[in-house]
Amino acid sequence: MTRLLKKLGFFASVFVLVSPAVLVFLWMISLSFKNELDNTAFPPVFIPNPPTLKNYVDVFAQNNFALYLWNSVLVTGGAVLTGLAVGVPAGYGIARGKATKFAILILVARMTPALSYLIPLFLLFQMTGLVGTITALVITHLVITIPIIVWIMIGYFENVPIELEDAARIDGATTWQAFRHVALPLARPGIVVGGILAFIFSWNNFIFSVVLGGKNSRTLPSAVYNSLTFEQISWGPLAAAALLVTLPVLLVTVLAQREIVAGLSAGGLKDG
Amino acid sequence: MPGHDVPRMTTTTLSPTIANAQPASSTQSADFTPRYWLFAAPAVLVVATVIVFPWLFTLYMSGHDWKIGAGPEFVGLANFAELFRDARFIESMGHTFYFTSLAVVLPIVFGTAAALVFHREFPFRGVLRTIFVMPMMATPVAVALVWTMMFHPQLGVLNYLLSLVGIGPSAWVYSPDTVIPTLILVEVWHWTPLVMLIVLGGLAGLPREPYESALIDGANDWHMFRHITLPLVWPFIMVAIVIRTIDALKAFDTIFVITQGGPGTASETLNIFLYLQAFQFYKIGYASAVVVIFFVIIIMLSLLLLYARQKSKWNA
Repeated sequence: MTRLLKKLGFFASVFVLVSPAVLVFLWMISLSFKNELDNTAFPPVFIPNPPTLKNYVDVFAQNNFALYLWNSVLVTGGAVLTGLAVGVPAGYGIARGKATKFAILILVARMTPALSYLIPLFLLFQMTGLVGTITALVITHLVITIPIIVWIMIGYFENVPIELEDAARIDGATTWQAFRHVALPLARPGIVVGGILAFIFSWNNFIFSVVLGGKNSRTLPSAVYNSLTFEQISWGPLAAAALLVTLPVLLVTVLAQREIVAGLSAGGLKDG
Repeated sequence: MPGHDVPRMTTTTLSPTIANAQPASSTQSADFTPRYWLFAAPAVLVVATVIVFPWLFTLYMSGHDWKIGAGPEFVGLANFAELFRDARFIESMGHTFYFTSLAVVLPIVFGTAAALVFHREFPFRGVLRTIFVMPMMATPVAVALVWTMMFHPQLGVLNYLLSLVGIGPSAWVYSPDTVIPTLILVEVWHWTPLVMLIVLGGLAGLPREPYESALIDGANDWHMFRHITLPLVWPFIMVAIVIRTIDALKAFDTIFVITQGGPGTASETLNIFLYLQAFQFYKIGYASAVVVIFFVIIIMLSLLLLYARQKSKWNA
């Protein structure tokens, strides 16, 4: 009897833990499939009846949504790929060269608020005429992607036994070849983890695009935020847009759940 | 978590592995370091441009009276002196402190509890854990927009749900009294999963033996948690506390989207104050002084983090 009660109590606690997340996401979905009348009804209508796709059609028809989506793809893609190209070898160099000070610098960079880079970079881009360009956003997003990738790769490369590279070098491999053909393939899971986390944090970033994005170069989060301030608030299209913005990230979370958990406990932490 | 942190590098300054594994490489290992640095060279270049240069430039700007459009004028420490006379700045420090303390304590408590739950085996654990982790992955702006709609005093779903359990409507973010607790609610929702993941990582490495002997001694669940689990995962909780503190201090997206620091200045935290000074009033010298203060706080906390990680490694 007590065991049954304990079990019930346990499942009740699981239910309590999961329900806030479920509630918010379900409400988001519900808002996005309801017509305007149901969205402003009181008491609220929970289940869309009949569900409508009109909000989604509106999002694409009215807001240049496709352009902003493309901007987000360009900025995040550019920043993640550059981040990997620069950050993976750096992680290797730091791990093998024991460059502790540089590693700590990267950690501090990971922790400082985005706004601490933004004022000087804003001035710099203003002087060079880059404000409002995709290039400026890609460059600033490197502030997000490089530290995550480097920090994660240090951990993965440290776990690759150096004996393997030494063996390759005895056989005549150069340092570069030992990296390219021995260490890099072994650290591939780290590249996946670092790339995924860098993608998520870069995609989610809001502040850089708010300050540096022009009318045509904004990324999705700030574009959706702007549609809130400059147009009449209508909940359905807004919820639909919000859902579309966060959908890629949620899909990646579901698909790469194990890698994300591994990365976060390996020191990916988070970025804000 | 073991093996993924910097402290290990500080302890092994010269790699003993190379020397032990193959004595012949002693001449070779002498020129390892410069070659390894070549791998990091592009990153050093980028980090210098987009990270270190902005920091130094911020320090320079903080000593100047500088509005966008006009030139800089050297004022020494006057910006800092002005900050500490600025009632709005002092107020924002108070808000930040209020927000941060609760936005650290609550996720730590709930996240640790959640980790204990998800550490056990039960049906659908994987799926439920993914759902639980989703808030921290979701785009903050998107989620903040949904919360804003849920907080609507007349039409919001939250006041309706409250009315179902017989509680009167709350003003949520529309009253200075409730705005910060409401924002804390969003922050707790958002970041409890991160604490859960960190503590879960700690629980995964726990030894079995203490529990077995405690069971033989007739200890109950609470005793085992209090005297075995908690001390063993404490280093991980410490890591979570420091990370949460840093994140809560620089919380921006959700506060900015939901309230922009309002009503009035009732939810204006340090980071929002900083944003408004820089990009609404264009007082970039003044804003840079705020950044410098912020930076000092973050550096101290980061050092604390390194220390906590080191401890968590020893105990793992």
